[in-house]
Amino acid sequence: MAGFDKVVSSYEEAMAGLTDNMTVISGGFGLCGIPENLISEIKRKGTKGLTLVSNNCGVDDFGLGVLLPNRQIKKIVASYVGENAEFERQMMAGELEVELTPQGTLAEKMRAGGAGIPAFFTATGVGTPVAEGKEVRNFNGRDYILEEAIVGDFAIVKAWKADRYGNLVFRKTARNFNPLAATAGKITVVEVEEIVEVGELDPDQIHTPGIYVNRLIQGTFEKRIEQRTTRPADPQAVKGV
Amino acid sequence: MALSREQIAQRVANELKDGYYVNLGIGIPTLVANFIPDDIEVMLQSENGLLGMGQFPTEEEIDADLINAGKQTVTMAAGASVFDSAESFAMIRGGHVDLTVLGAFEVDANGNIASYMIPGKLIKGMGGAMDLVAGADNIIVTMTHASKHGVSKLLKNCTLPLTGKGCIKKVLTDLAFIEIKDGKFHLLERAPGVSVEEIIKLTEGELVVTGDIPEMKL
Repeated sequence: MAGFDKVVSSYEEAMAGLTDNMTVISGGFGLCGIPENLISEIKRKGTKGLTLVSNNCGVDDFGLGVLLPNRQIKKIVASYVGENAEFERQMMAGELEVELTPQGTLAEKMRAGGAGIPAFFTATGVGTPVAEGKEVRNFNGRDYILEEAIVGDFAIVKAWKADRYGNLVFRKTARNFNPLAATAGKITVVEVEEIVEVGELDPDQIHTPGIYVNRLIQGTFEKRIEQRTTRPADPQAVKGV
Repeated sequence: MALSREQIAQRVANELKDGYYVNLGIGIPTLVANFIPDDIEVMLQSENGLLGMGQFPTEEEIDADLINAGKQTVTMAAGASVFDSAESFAMIRGGHVDLTVLGAFEVDANGNIASYMIPGKLIKGMGGAMDLVAGADNIIVTMTHASKHGVSKLLKNCTLPLTGKGCIKKVLTDLAFIEIKDGKFHLLERAPGVSVEEIIKLTEGELVVTGDIPEMKL
Protein backbone atom coordinates (compact mmCIF):
# COMPACT_ATOMS: atom_id res chain seq x y z
CA MET A 1 0.00 0.00 0.00
CA ALA A 2 1.50 3.27 -1.11
CA GLY A 3 -0.78 5.49 0.97
CA PHE A 4 0.56 9.00 0.75
CA ASP A 5 4.03 7.95 -0.38
CA LYS A 6 4.64 9.89 -3.61
CA VAL A 7 8.15 8.65 -4.40
CA VAL A 8 8.71 7.11 -7.82
CA SER A 9 11.86 5.26 -8.78
CA SER A 10 12.68 6.58 -12.26
CA TYR A 11 12.27 9.67 -14.41
CA GLU A 12 10.43 7.54 -16.94
CA GLU A 13 7.85 6.75 -14.27
CA ALA A 14 7.81 10.37 -13.14
CA MET A 15 6.69 11.62 -16.57
CA ALA A 16 4.54 8.62 -17.53
CA GLY A 17 1.31 9.64 -19.24
CA LEU A 18 2.68 12.78 -20.86
CA THR A 19 1.45 12.70 -24.45
CA ASP A 20 1.52 14.96 -27.51
CA ASN A 21 -0.35 18.30 -27.41
CA MET A 22 -0.59 18.49 -23.62
CA THR A 23 -0.09 21.64 -21.54
CA VAL A 24 2.89 21.60 -19.18
CA ILE A 25 3.44 24.22 -16.47
CA SER A 26 7.03 24.59 -15.29
CA GLY A 27 8.52 26.30 -12.25
CA GLY A 28 11.77 28.28 -12.42
CA PHE A 29 13.00 31.80 -13.09
CA GLY A 30 15.65 31.95 -15.79
CA LEU A 31 17.76 28.89 -14.99
CA CYS A 32 17.17 29.22 -11.23
CA GLY A 33 15.03 26.53 -9.64
CA ILE A 34 14.20 24.69 -12.86
CA PRO A 35 13.27 20.99 -12.93
CA GLU A 36 16.35 20.11 -14.99
CA ASN A 37 15.94 16.34 -15.11
CA LEU A 38 12.19 16.37 -15.73
CA ILE A 39 12.86 18.63 -18.73
CA SER A 40 15.55 16.19 -19.94
CA GLU A 41 13.02 13.36 -19.64
CA ILE A 42 10.52 15.27 -21.83
CA LYS A 43 13.31 15.72 -24.39
CA ARG A 44 14.14 11.99 -24.21
CA LYS A 45 10.48 11.00 -24.63
CA GLY A 46 10.22 13.25 -27.68
CA THR A 47 6.69 14.40 -26.82
CA LYS A 48 5.55 16.98 -29.38
CA GLY A 49 3.02 19.79 -29.81
CA LEU A 50 3.40 20.89 -26.19
CA THR A 51 2.04 24.12 -24.78
CA LEU A 52 4.55 25.25 -22.18
CA VAL A 53 3.71 27.71 -19.43
CA SER A 54 6.84 29.07 -17.77
CA ASN A 55 8.27 32.48 -16.93
CA ASN A 56 11.17 31.90 -19.39
CA CYS A 57 12.24 29.35 -21.98
CA GLY A 58 15.75 28.55 -20.81
CA VAL A 59 18.85 29.12 -22.96
CA ASP A 60 19.90 27.35 -26.15
CA ASP A 61 21.42 24.27 -24.50
CA PHE A 62 19.88 24.26 -21.02
CA GLY A 63 16.49 24.44 -19.36
CA LEU A 64 13.35 24.40 -21.50
CA GLY A 65 15.49 25.57 -24.45
CA VAL A 66 16.56 21.94 -24.99
CA LEU A 67 13.03 21.15 -26.22
CA LEU A 68 13.36 23.60 -29.14
CA PRO A 69 15.73 21.84 -31.60
CA ASN A 70 13.37 18.87 -32.04
CA ARG A 71 10.36 21.20 -32.33
CA GLN A 72 8.63 19.75 -29.27
CA ILE A 73 7.04 23.05 -28.29
CA LYS A 74 4.01 24.34 -30.18
CA LYS A 75 3.27 27.31 -27.96
CA ILE A 76 4.85 29.04 -25.00
CA VAL A 77 3.20 31.31 -22.45
CA ALA A 78 5.99 33.34 -20.81
CA SER A 79 6.90 36.83 -19.60
CA TYR A 80 10.45 37.02 -20.92
CA VAL A 81 12.03 35.04 -23.72
CA GLY A 82 15.43 36.67 -24.29
CA GLU A 83 18.82 34.87 -24.21
CA ASN A 84 17.80 32.15 -26.65
CA ALA A 85 18.78 32.29 -30.34
CA GLU A 86 16.89 29.19 -31.51
CA PHE A 87 13.78 30.46 -29.75
CA GLU A 88 14.00 33.77 -31.57
CA ARG A 89 14.52 32.01 -34.90
CA GLN A 90 11.46 29.75 -34.47
CA MET A 91 9.33 32.66 -33.27
CA MET A 92 10.32 34.94 -36.17
CA ALA A 93 9.74 32.08 -38.63
CA GLY A 94 6.24 31.56 -37.22
CA GLU A 95 7.08 27.99 -36.15
CA LEU A 96 6.49 28.75 -32.49
CA GLU A 97 3.52 30.54 -31.01
CA VAL A 98 4.38 32.92 -28.17
CA GLU A 99 1.90 34.44 -25.74
CA LEU A 100 3.77 37.13 -23.83
CA THR A 101 2.19 37.45 -20.40
CA PRO A 102 3.16 39.91 -17.65
CA GLN A 103 5.11 38.15 -14.91
CA GLY A 104 2.68 38.94 -12.09
CA THR A 105 -0.30 37.98 -14.23
CA LEU A 106 1.42 34.69 -15.11
CA ALA A 107 2.01 33.91 -11.43
CA GLU A 108 -1.60 34.77 -10.58
CA LYS A 109 -2.93 32.67 -13.51
CA MET A 110 -1.15 29.65 -11.99
CA ARG A 111 -2.26 30.49 -8.46
CA ALA A 112 -5.88 30.92 -9.57
CA GLY A 113 -5.73 27.73 -11.64
CA GLY A 114 -4.58 25.78 -8.62
CA ALA A 115 -7.11 27.44 -6.33
CA GLY A 116 -10.20 26.76 -8.44
CA ILE A 117 -10.69 30.39 -9.48
CA PRO A 118 -11.38 30.52 -13.24
CA ALA A 119 -10.41 34.17 -13.85
CA PHE A 120 -9.50 37.43 -12.11
CA PHE A 121 -9.36 41.16 -12.82
CA THR A 122 -6.05 43.02 -12.85
CA ALA A 123 -4.90 46.51 -13.80
CA THR A 124 -1.72 45.05 -15.29
CA GLY A 125 -1.73 45.44 -19.06
CA VAL A 126 -4.69 47.82 -19.39
CA GLY A 127 -4.28 49.88 -22.57
CA THR A 128 -1.48 47.63 -23.88
CA PRO A 129 -1.38 44.78 -26.43
CA VAL A 130 -1.95 42.36 -23.52
CA ALA A 131 -5.51 43.73 -23.12
CA GLU A 132 -6.55 42.95 -26.70
CA GLY A 133 -9.73 40.86 -26.81
CA LYS A 134 -10.14 40.85 -23.04
CA GLU A 135 -13.11 42.07 -21.03
CA VAL A 136 -12.54 45.43 -19.30
CA ARG A 137 -14.38 46.28 -16.10
CA ASN A 138 -14.23 49.46 -14.06
CA PHE A 139 -13.94 49.15 -10.26
CA ASN A 140 -13.78 52.29 -8.10
CA GLY A 141 -12.92 54.47 -11.08
CA ARG A 142 -10.14 52.33 -12.49
CA ASP A 143 -10.12 49.94 -15.44
CA TYR A 144 -9.12 46.28 -15.03
CA ILE A 145 -8.87 43.44 -17.54
CA LEU A 146 -10.16 39.91 -17.07
CA GLU A 147 -7.40 37.30 -17.14
CA GLU A 148 -8.13 33.57 -17.18
CA ALA A 149 -6.52 30.99 -14.93
CA ILE A 150 -4.21 28.26 -16.24
CA VAL A 151 -4.34 24.58 -15.37
CA GLY A 152 -1.73 22.19 -16.78
CA ASP A 153 -2.10 18.55 -17.76
CA PHE A 154 1.27 18.29 -16.03
CA ALA A 155 3.17 20.62 -13.72
CA ILE A 156 6.91 20.09 -13.33
CA VAL A 157 8.49 21.49 -10.20
CA LYS A 158 11.90 21.75 -8.54
CA ALA A 159 12.06 21.92 -4.73
CA TRP A 160 14.96 21.66 -2.32
CA LYS A 161 13.73 19.06 0.16
CA ALA A 162 10.67 16.89 0.50
CA ASP A 163 9.41 14.14 2.74
CA ARG A 164 8.00 10.98 1.16
CA TYR A 165 4.46 12.43 1.39
CA GLY A 166 5.46 15.23 -0.98
CA ASN A 167 5.56 18.05 1.56
CA LEU A 168 7.96 20.54 -0.02
CA VAL A 169 10.55 23.06 1.13
CA PHE A 170 12.12 25.47 -1.37
CA ARG A 171 15.43 27.26 -1.05
CA LYS A 172 16.04 31.02 -1.49
CA THR A 173 15.01 32.47 -4.87
CA ALA A 174 14.80 28.98 -6.40
CA ARG A 175 11.25 29.09 -5.02
CA ASN A 176 9.87 31.63 -7.58
CA PHE A 177 7.07 30.05 -9.67
CA ASN A 178 7.52 26.53 -8.28
CA PRO A 179 4.92 26.54 -5.47
CA LEU A 180 2.36 28.07 -7.87
CA ALA A 181 3.09 25.55 -10.62
CA ALA A 182 2.77 22.77 -8.03
CA THR A 183 -0.85 23.70 -7.34
CA ALA A 184 -1.86 24.03 -10.99
CA GLY A 185 -1.07 20.62 -12.48
CA LYS A 186 -3.61 17.84 -12.98
CA ILE A 187 -0.53 15.71 -12.41
CA THR A 188 2.21 17.48 -10.45
CA VAL A 189 5.66 15.98 -10.62
CA VAL A 190 8.35 17.26 -8.27
CA GLU A 191 12.09 16.65 -8.25
CA VAL A 192 14.16 17.49 -5.19
CA GLU A 193 17.72 17.41 -3.93
CA GLU A 194 16.85 15.38 -0.85
CA ILE A 195 13.98 13.19 0.30
CA VAL A 196 13.62 12.70 4.05
CA GLU A 197 11.41 10.42 6.10
CA VAL A 198 7.90 11.50 7.05
CA GLY A 199 7.99 13.49 10.29
CA GLU A 200 11.45 14.94 9.73
CA LEU A 201 10.25 18.24 8.26
CA ASP A 202 8.89 20.82 10.69
CA PRO A 203 5.22 21.33 9.70
CA ASP A 204 5.62 25.06 10.36
CA GLN A 205 8.36 25.27 7.73
CA ILE A 206 6.61 23.47 4.85
CA HIS A 207 6.01 25.76 1.85
CA THR A 208 3.86 23.40 -0.25
CA PRO A 209 1.73 20.70 1.43
CA GLY A 210 1.90 17.24 -0.13
CA ILE A 211 -1.75 17.32 -1.21
CA TYR A 212 -0.67 19.13 -4.39
CA VAL A 213 2.02 16.59 -5.28
CA ASN A 214 1.40 13.38 -7.26
CA ARG A 215 4.92 12.11 -7.95
CA LEU A 216 8.23 12.78 -6.31
CA ILE A 217 11.79 11.90 -7.31
CA GLN A 218 15.26 12.70 -6.02
CA GLY A 219 17.73 13.99 -8.59
CA THR A 220 21.14 15.54 -9.03
CA PHE A 221 21.35 19.04 -10.44
CA GLU A 222 23.81 21.08 -12.47
CA LYS A 223 22.29 24.40 -11.29
CA ARG A 224 23.81 26.46 -14.07
CA ILE A 225 24.24 30.19 -13.37
CA GLU A 226 23.16 32.67 -16.07
CA GLN A 227 24.88 35.84 -14.84
CA ARG A 228 27.80 35.18 -12.54
CA THR A 229 28.32 38.56 -10.85
CA THR A 230 30.72 38.95 -7.95
CA ARG A 231 32.41 41.56 -5.82
CA PRO A 232 36.03 41.35 -4.72
CA ALA A 233 36.57 39.63 -1.38
CA ASP A 234 38.34 42.80 -0.16
CA PRO A 235 35.84 44.52 2.16
CA GLN A 236 37.24 47.96 1.24
CA ALA A 237 36.05 47.54 -2.36
CA VAL A 238 33.04 49.44 -3.73
CA LYS A 239 29.65 48.35 -2.52
CA GLY A 240 27.79 46.42 -5.21
CA VAL A 241 24.11 45.75 -5.70
CA MET B 1 27.28 67.76 -20.31
CA ALA B 2 24.84 64.91 -20.52
CA LEU B 3 24.82 62.72 -17.40
CA SER B 4 26.64 59.38 -17.42
CA ARG B 5 24.77 56.22 -16.47
CA GLU B 6 26.29 56.48 -12.98
CA GLN B 7 25.24 60.11 -12.63
CA ILE B 8 21.67 59.29 -13.63
CA ALA B 9 21.68 56.60 -10.92
CA GLN B 10 23.19 59.09 -8.46
CA ARG B 11 20.43 61.65 -9.11
CA VAL B 12 17.72 58.97 -8.69
CA ALA B 13 19.29 58.00 -5.36
CA ASN B 14 18.55 61.53 -4.09
CA GLU B 15 14.85 60.64 -4.33
CA LEU B 16 15.22 57.72 -1.90
CA LYS B 17 13.80 58.19 1.58
CA ASP B 18 14.51 56.43 4.86
CA GLY B 19 12.34 53.31 5.20
CA TYR B 20 11.56 52.98 1.49
CA TYR B 21 10.93 49.58 -0.12
CA VAL B 22 12.30 49.99 -3.66
CA ASN B 23 12.20 47.92 -6.85
CA LEU B 24 15.06 48.63 -9.26
CA GLY B 25 14.77 47.50 -12.87
CA ILE B 26 17.53 46.11 -15.06
CA GLY B 27 20.26 48.44 -16.42
CA ILE B 28 20.74 51.98 -15.07
CA PRO B 29 18.16 51.47 -12.27
CA THR B 30 20.29 48.63 -10.85
CA LEU B 31 23.15 51.11 -10.41
CA VAL B 32 21.03 53.19 -8.00
CA ALA B 33 21.90 50.63 -5.32
CA ASN B 34 25.49 51.91 -5.41
CA PHE B 35 24.44 55.42 -4.35
CA ILE B 36 22.09 54.80 -1.42
CA PRO B 37 23.01 57.46 1.16
CA ASP B 38 24.67 56.02 4.27
CA ASP B 39 22.31 57.78 6.67
CA ILE B 40 19.10 56.12 5.43
CA GLU B 41 17.78 52.55 5.34
CA VAL B 42 16.34 51.28 2.05
CA MET B 43 15.23 47.72 1.28
CA LEU B 44 15.47 46.45 -2.29
CA GLN B 45 12.73 44.23 -3.73
CA SER B 46 13.58 41.86 -6.55
CA GLU B 47 10.44 40.58 -8.25
CA ASN B 48 11.69 37.00 -8.62
CA GLY B 49 10.99 36.68 -4.89
CA LEU B 50 13.43 38.53 -2.65
CA LEU B 51 12.96 41.49 -0.33
CA GLY B 52 16.22 42.75 1.14
CA MET B 53 18.65 42.21 -1.71
CA GLY B 54 22.29 42.55 -0.65
CA GLN B 55 25.55 43.13 -2.50
CA PHE B 56 26.96 40.89 -5.20
CA PRO B 57 28.53 37.79 -3.61
CA THR B 58 32.23 37.14 -3.33
CA GLU B 59 33.47 34.18 -5.37
CA GLU B 60 33.08 31.99 -2.24
CA GLU B 61 29.55 33.20 -1.50
CA ILE B 62 28.07 32.47 -4.96
CA ASP B 63 24.84 30.49 -4.68
CA ALA B 64 22.97 29.33 -7.80
CA ASP B 65 19.73 29.43 -5.80
CA LEU B 66 20.09 33.15 -5.08
CA ILE B 67 19.67 35.56 -7.98
CA ASN B 68 17.96 38.87 -8.73
CA ALA B 69 15.40 39.62 -11.43
CA GLY B 70 18.25 40.30 -13.88
CA LYS B 71 19.42 36.71 -13.20
CA GLN B 72 22.60 38.00 -11.56
CA THR B 73 23.95 36.23 -8.50
CA VAL B 74 23.31 38.31 -5.36
CA THR B 75 23.29 38.01 -1.57
CA MET B 76 20.64 38.73 1.04
CA ALA B 77 20.92 41.68 3.40
CA ALA B 78 20.17 41.26 7.11
CA GLY B 79 16.39 41.21 7.54
CA ALA B 80 15.76 39.79 4.07
CA SER B 81 12.86 37.51 3.19
CA VAL B 82 12.15 35.19 0.25
CA PHE B 83 8.78 34.24 -1.21
CA ASP B 84 7.10 32.92 -4.33
CA SER B 85 6.26 34.93 -7.47
CA ALA B 86 2.55 35.42 -6.63
CA GLU B 87 3.48 36.87 -3.24
CA SER B 88 6.07 39.07 -4.91
CA PHE B 89 3.54 40.55 -7.30
CA ALA B 90 0.96 40.91 -4.55
CA MET B 91 3.45 43.36 -3.01
CA ILE B 92 3.89 45.13 -6.34
CA ARG B 93 0.28 45.17 -7.57
CA GLY B 94 -1.04 45.87 -4.09
CA GLY B 95 0.91 49.14 -3.99
CA HIS B 96 3.21 48.15 -1.12
CA VAL B 97 6.44 49.11 -2.90
CA ASP B 98 7.31 52.78 -2.23
CA LEU B 99 9.37 53.49 -5.33
CA THR B 100 9.91 51.76 -8.66
CA VAL B 101 12.76 52.74 -10.99
CA LEU B 102 12.79 51.32 -14.49
CA GLY B 103 14.03 51.99 -18.00
CA ALA B 104 12.08 52.68 -21.20
CA PHE B 105 12.42 53.05 -24.98
CA GLU B 106 9.83 55.87 -25.07
CA VAL B 107 7.54 57.83 -22.79
CA ASP B 108 4.92 60.34 -23.83
CA ALA B 109 3.23 63.47 -22.48
CA ASN B 110 0.20 61.43 -21.40
CA GLY B 111 2.31 59.31 -19.07
CA ASN B 112 2.37 56.29 -21.38
CA ILE B 113 5.47 54.10 -21.42
CA ALA B 114 6.85 51.68 -24.04
CA SER B 115 9.68 49.46 -22.90
CA TYR B 116 9.25 45.83 -23.87
CA MET B 117 9.28 45.29 -27.60
CA ILE B 118 10.22 46.73 -30.97
CA PRO B 119 8.01 44.96 -33.52
CA GLY B 120 10.02 42.98 -36.06
CA LYS B 121 13.28 43.75 -34.27
CA LEU B 122 13.33 42.98 -30.60
CA ILE B 123 10.84 40.74 -28.82
CA LYS B 124 12.04 39.78 -25.39
CA GLY B 125 8.95 40.33 -23.30
CA MET B 126 7.74 42.57 -20.52
CA GLY B 127 8.91 40.48 -17.58
CA GLY B 128 7.52 42.24 -14.51
CA ALA B 129 7.48 45.75 -16.00
CA MET B 130 3.75 45.84 -16.82
CA ASP B 131 2.85 44.80 -13.27
CA LEU B 132 5.30 47.31 -11.82
CA VAL B 133 3.97 50.30 -13.76
CA ALA B 134 0.36 49.29 -13.08
CA GLY B 135 0.91 48.71 -9.38
CA ALA B 136 3.21 51.52 -8.30
CA ASP B 137 2.20 55.11 -7.70
CA ASN B 138 5.73 56.44 -7.38
CA ILE B 139 7.69 55.55 -10.50
CA ILE B 140 10.85 57.10 -11.94
CA VAL B 141 11.73 56.22 -15.52
CA THR B 142 15.43 56.47 -16.37
CA MET B 143 16.42 56.73 -20.03
CA THR B 144 18.45 58.69 -22.54
CA HIS B 145 16.58 61.79 -23.71
CA ALA B 146 17.14 61.07 -27.40
CA SER B 147 18.66 58.41 -29.64
CA LYS B 148 22.26 58.64 -30.87
CA HIS B 149 20.83 60.24 -34.00
CA GLY B 150 19.07 62.96 -32.00
CA VAL B 151 15.57 61.48 -32.23
CA SER B 152 13.56 62.36 -29.14
CA LYS B 153 12.29 59.59 -26.85
CA LEU B 154 9.98 61.98 -24.97
CA LEU B 155 7.09 62.01 -27.40
CA LYS B 156 3.62 63.41 -28.00
CA ASN B 157 2.47 59.80 -28.38
CA CYS B 158 4.46 56.60 -27.97
CA THR B 159 4.98 54.77 -31.26
CA LEU B 160 5.91 51.34 -29.83
CA PRO B 161 3.56 48.87 -28.08
CA LEU B 162 2.79 50.19 -24.60
CA THR B 163 3.95 48.69 -21.32
CA GLY B 164 1.53 50.89 -19.39
CA LYS B 165 -0.98 53.64 -19.99
CA GLY B 166 -1.07 56.97 -18.15
CA CYS B 167 1.11 55.71 -15.32
CA ILE B 168 4.38 57.67 -15.56
CA LYS B 169 4.79 60.95 -13.66
CA LYS B 170 8.57 61.34 -13.41
CA VAL B 171 11.34 60.87 -15.98
CA LEU B 172 15.05 61.31 -15.41
CA THR B 173 17.08 61.45 -18.58
CA ASP B 174 20.74 62.19 -19.23
CA LEU B 175 19.67 65.81 -19.85
CA ALA B 176 16.77 66.60 -17.55
CA PHE B 177 14.47 65.73 -14.67
CA ILE B 178 10.92 66.01 -15.92
CA GLU B 179 7.45 65.73 -14.43
CA ILE B 180 4.43 64.64 -16.48
CA LYS B 181 1.06 66.16 -15.67
CA ASP B 182 -2.02 67.39 -17.53
CA GLY B 183 -0.78 65.89 -20.79
CA LYS B 184 2.47 67.86 -20.79
CA PHE B 185 6.11 67.48 -19.83
CA HIS B 186 7.25 69.96 -17.15
CA LEU B 187 10.96 70.70 -16.87
CA LEU B 188 12.08 70.52 -13.22
CA GLU B 189 15.88 70.36 -13.43
CA ARG B 190 18.55 70.25 -16.11
CA ALA B 191 21.82 68.31 -16.13
CA PRO B 192 24.85 70.48 -15.22
CA GLY B 193 25.93 72.52 -18.25
CA VAL B 194 22.91 71.54 -20.38
CA SER B 195 20.82 74.47 -21.61
CA VAL B 196 17.03 74.70 -21.55
CA GLU B 197 17.10 75.25 -25.34
CA GLU B 198 18.95 71.99 -25.86
CA ILE B 199 16.31 70.12 -23.82
CA ILE B 200 13.44 71.79 -25.70
CA LYS B 201 15.06 70.83 -29.01
CA LEU B 202 15.27 67.15 -28.02
CA THR B 203 11.76 66.91 -26.50
CA GLU B 204 9.07 66.12 -29.07
CA GLY B 205 6.11 66.35 -26.68
CA GLU B 206 5.05 69.74 -25.31
CA LEU B 207 7.55 70.90 -22.68
CA VAL B 208 6.50 73.49 -20.12
CA VAL B 209 9.36 75.64 -18.80
CA THR B 210 8.44 77.80 -15.83
CA GLY B 211 10.94 80.37 -14.51
CA ASP B 212 14.61 79.61 -14.02
CA ILE B 213 15.34 75.90 -14.26
CA PRO B 214 17.92 74.84 -11.67
CA GLU B 215 20.85 72.53 -12.41
CA MET B 216 20.72 69.09 -10.80
CA LYS B 217 22.68 68.55 -7.60
CA LEU B 218 24.66 65.32 -7.72
